[in-house]
Amino acid sequence: MKILVAGAGKVGRAVTRELTEEGHDITLIDMNRKVLEDVMSKYDVITLAGNGAAMTTLKEAGIEDIDVFIAATNADEVNLLSCVTAKALNPKIHTIARIRDPEYVEQAYSMQNVFEMSLVVNPERSAANEIARLLKYPGFLKREAFAKAKVEIVELRIGHHSQLANVQLSKLSQKTRCQVLVCAVIRDGRSIMPDGSFVMKEGDRIFVTGAPDQLHDMLTHIGVINMPVSHAVIMGGGRISYYLAEELHKSHITSTIIEMDEEKCRQLSAALPYATIINADISDRSVLESEDIRDYDAVISLTGMDELNIVTSMYAHAHNVPQIVTKLGRGDESELLDSMPIGSIVCPKDLCTMHIVRYVRAMQAKKGAAKTIHRIADGYAEAIEFEVDEDTLHIGEELRTMKTKKDVLIVSIIHGSTPEIPNGSSSYQKGDTVVVVTSKDNMILQLNDIFES
Amino acid sequence: MNFKLIWRIIAYILLIEAGLMMPGLGISLVRHESAASAAFLKSIAIILAVSGILLLITRHYRKGRFYSREGLLTTGLTWIMMSALGCLPFYLSKAIPSYVDAMFEMVSGFTTTGSSILPEVESMAHGLLFWRSFSHWIGGMGVLVFLLAIVSLGGKGEGFTLHILKAESPGPAVGKMVPRMKDTAKILYLIYFGLTVLNILFLVIGGMPMFEAVCTAMGTAGTGGFGVKNDSMASYSPYLQNVTTVFMFLFSVNFSIYYMILLRQFKAAFGDEELRLFLVMIFASIALIAWNVSPLYKSMEETIRHSAFTVGTVMSTTGYATTDFDLWPPFSKAILLFLMMVGACAGSTGGGMKQVRLLLLWKSLRRNLHKSLHPTEVRSVIVNGRAMDEDILSNTNAYLIAYVIIVIGSVLVLSLDGFDFETNFSAVMATFNNIGPGFHAVGPTCNFAAYSNLSKIVMIADMLAGRLEIYPILILISKSTWKKAR
Repeated sequence: MKILVAGAGKVGRAVTRELTEEGHDITLIDMNRKVLEDVMSKYDVITLAGNGAAMTTLKEAGIEDIDVFIAATNADEVNLLSCVTAKALNPKIHTIARIRDPEYVEQAYSMQNVFEMSLVVNPERSAANEIARLLKYPGFLKREAFAKAKVEIVELRIGHHSQLANVQLSKLSQKTRCQVLVCAVIRDGRSIMPDGSFVMKEGDRIFVTGAPDQLHDMLTHIGVINMPVSHAVIMGGGRISYYLAEELHKSHITSTIIEMDEEKCRQLSAALPYATIINADISDRSVLESEDIRDYDAVISLTGMDELNIVTSMYAHAHNVPQIVTKLGRGDESELLDSMPIGSIVCPKDLCTMHIVRYVRAMQAKKGAAKTIHRIADGYAEAIEFEVDEDTLHIGEELRTMKTKKDVLIVSIIHGSTPEIPNGSSSYQKGDTVVVVTSKDNMILQLNDIFES
Repeated sequence: MNFKLIWRIIAYILLIEAGLMMPGLGISLVRHESAASAAFLKSIAIILAVSGILLLITRHYRKGRFYSREGLLTTGLTWIMMSALGCLPFYLSKAIPSYVDAMFEMVSGFTTTGSSILPEVESMAHGLLFWRSFSHWIGGMGVLVFLLAIVSLGGKGEGFTLHILKAESPGPAVGKMVPRMKDTAKILYLIYFGLTVLNILFLVIGGMPMFEAVCTAMGTAGTGGFGVKNDSMASYSPYLQNVTTVFMFLFSVNFSIYYMILLRQFKAAFGDEELRLFLVMIFASIALIAWNVSPLYKSMEETIRHSAFTVGTVMSTTGYATTDFDLWPPFSKAILLFLMMVGACAGSTGGGMKQVRLLLLWKSLRRNLHKSLHPTEVRSVIVNGRAMDEDILSNTNAYLIAYVIIVIGSVLVLSLDGFDFETNFSAVMATFNNIGPGFHAVGPTCNFAAYSNLSKIVMIADMLAGRLEIYPILILISKSTWKKAR
């Protein structure tokens, strides 16, 4: 498909990279020629210097032939204007806009068709939601929900003295007395799609799928005790912090926000009466000491500086804070950070990119498109949720008779509302939901794509 | 420097080169030219062996890590390797007994120069003649661009191939026409192929034998200039000469103009400032030369035909000749010398400094003049309604400086051989700008054989530097290219 991306910022670039790799023709618009030069030399795309909201620029980019327009400039107003303009020039176009200012969020969703937006993405709010979910049931580095949260894939690190170290995967259910399945492992920065004979080692990060209650039971059975979070401290008072404090308030978690800009603090205190707002610079060690972060059971580092976030999280780890979340704006150094004790990593840019990728894939597949897509294992693998419909192949057949592509694993079948960890004799019926884990090299648009053709 | 990937790309190119020798081999076999066939077979075997060794050495190559300097180095090395091995058929068949001469001829072919060291060509085996002309066609659009059109070097949507396109395609601001590099390269080659076939058709309709038509059209398409006749184009009918004139001009237009025309963006295509400058220069030069040389020819038709052909051959940097323009009056020769320097449009198959660079230099000169009157003035150089990047302008200035330095250096070396200044200067101009014939002792009726090996090697470097626009060749002699970064 022909896709036009306006704005070569973090999201614009990430979307460009993902979508070119999926085989789409991308044109990228930005005002800054230097940035465009750099993008051109990295990805196989064409660029255009100009304003993505201007009719002349859009026409020059050939808007009449474009299938999808993605507005990802740093200004919400520009994104709104460019979607309206693009739609006026090409009524058949699909428009996706990034809207992130809390002041606009309500109207962006309720007036979506007024602004001619087919999809609104809000990286900051997605990130806040993800963090809130992590805090609700702590203990996992990451958790991705499928089939209305009936099944989850969670990330765990096999730590020091973990009972899972040196356990063979085929013995896992026995050991944990739970119905769970390990679908991917990261060892020494490399991803592995393990089979039953795989033995887990200390330092591995494993990706486990199962029903949420089963996963929690697993934690207790392997001796990880996690108390629910009740007091969280949020470093930095940006947009994510605002959304997150709101979200945490709903689940009765009190939050303290530390922000160095006084004006921002005033705005936050007006908007979030239930939160404690502290005006201080967290790069100053004495602030963290006087606030005594040992009193909190969660530290969430959300400042605009990745380095500061990493250092703050490491400080929290050294003071035995049980739940730590680190926001990374760039998120390109995952191999390097693998060994650092900074807890769960959240990257708003990636969340937003996957949202857009899912929309574009659904456009391509038309029927039987993925319902959810999550990147797991540092982006090496994808977990995709599909619904079985009348066109799906092999309905009612046993899994062991099916020939699937290399590195494809059916990790869960949800019959009605009961999830099942499948084995060789399992099968699926029309209306069931199936969760598939695949390596990123496979291009899976529909459920039938997992079979060897 | 990612040397393994660079050598791997070169190995692919050599495989392609071996394949491209097949038509020449076929022609030699059909015509029972035993020496040429044997030479082709041996050359193909050697090229395949070299390519095989390179593939073996580089089998653990690393993807990625391919930036601007890798692109430049790949291009420079590719062209040198291709020429060094491509000249083997001439050398092994003893058609050209000296290796330096064979290399000169081959580089002259690939760089679409058309300067020859052969006193006469009609006795040459047809297979070799075909390879000589075919090398123009290959070199015209660039063999790396061809590689980009047939394989995805970049893997999954990576953009590093842009550095190769930039290094091999002429012009100060090379870009893609469509998002995918592969599609861009395909479009370029389709336009190129289509125009060449059209040219062949027009020549065949005019009664030219098929073999000569194909060779002539390939020489025109690449703006090369190797002929299959000793007197180049002089003995062909006026119709054939005029067809060649028109196609020489067509092939020296920026190919993206043709793409715009295919997309029916006529306004953008014909409003292009470089194209307009090019057209003005064509008609002004033809008019001035025709007025200047009219006493030499019998009829008005003949005067205009020869003037137009010669302006075409020099501006497009082709190098065919219908008349000995060395005998023309000094004013005409001065115009030709100027046209030699400027050359064709960027993004075409022609050589020279390129029309758009002249345009940029002229406009920035005017800007700077203005600035000296209003020292605080801020003013952009605008081409085709867009403000040019200051980087492109300073690169263009630097290009002119490099151009002058290379010309001066080359003339100095060539002067050691004892020829007169006009010969030496025009020889450098003719090779560096990829034209072919110069004036006086290297004029249209003469050749470059008399120069010493040292001068020939200098001219080989000039031809490569001219075709690849200096930097890919300069980077080869830069110390930091080969130094391991610590």
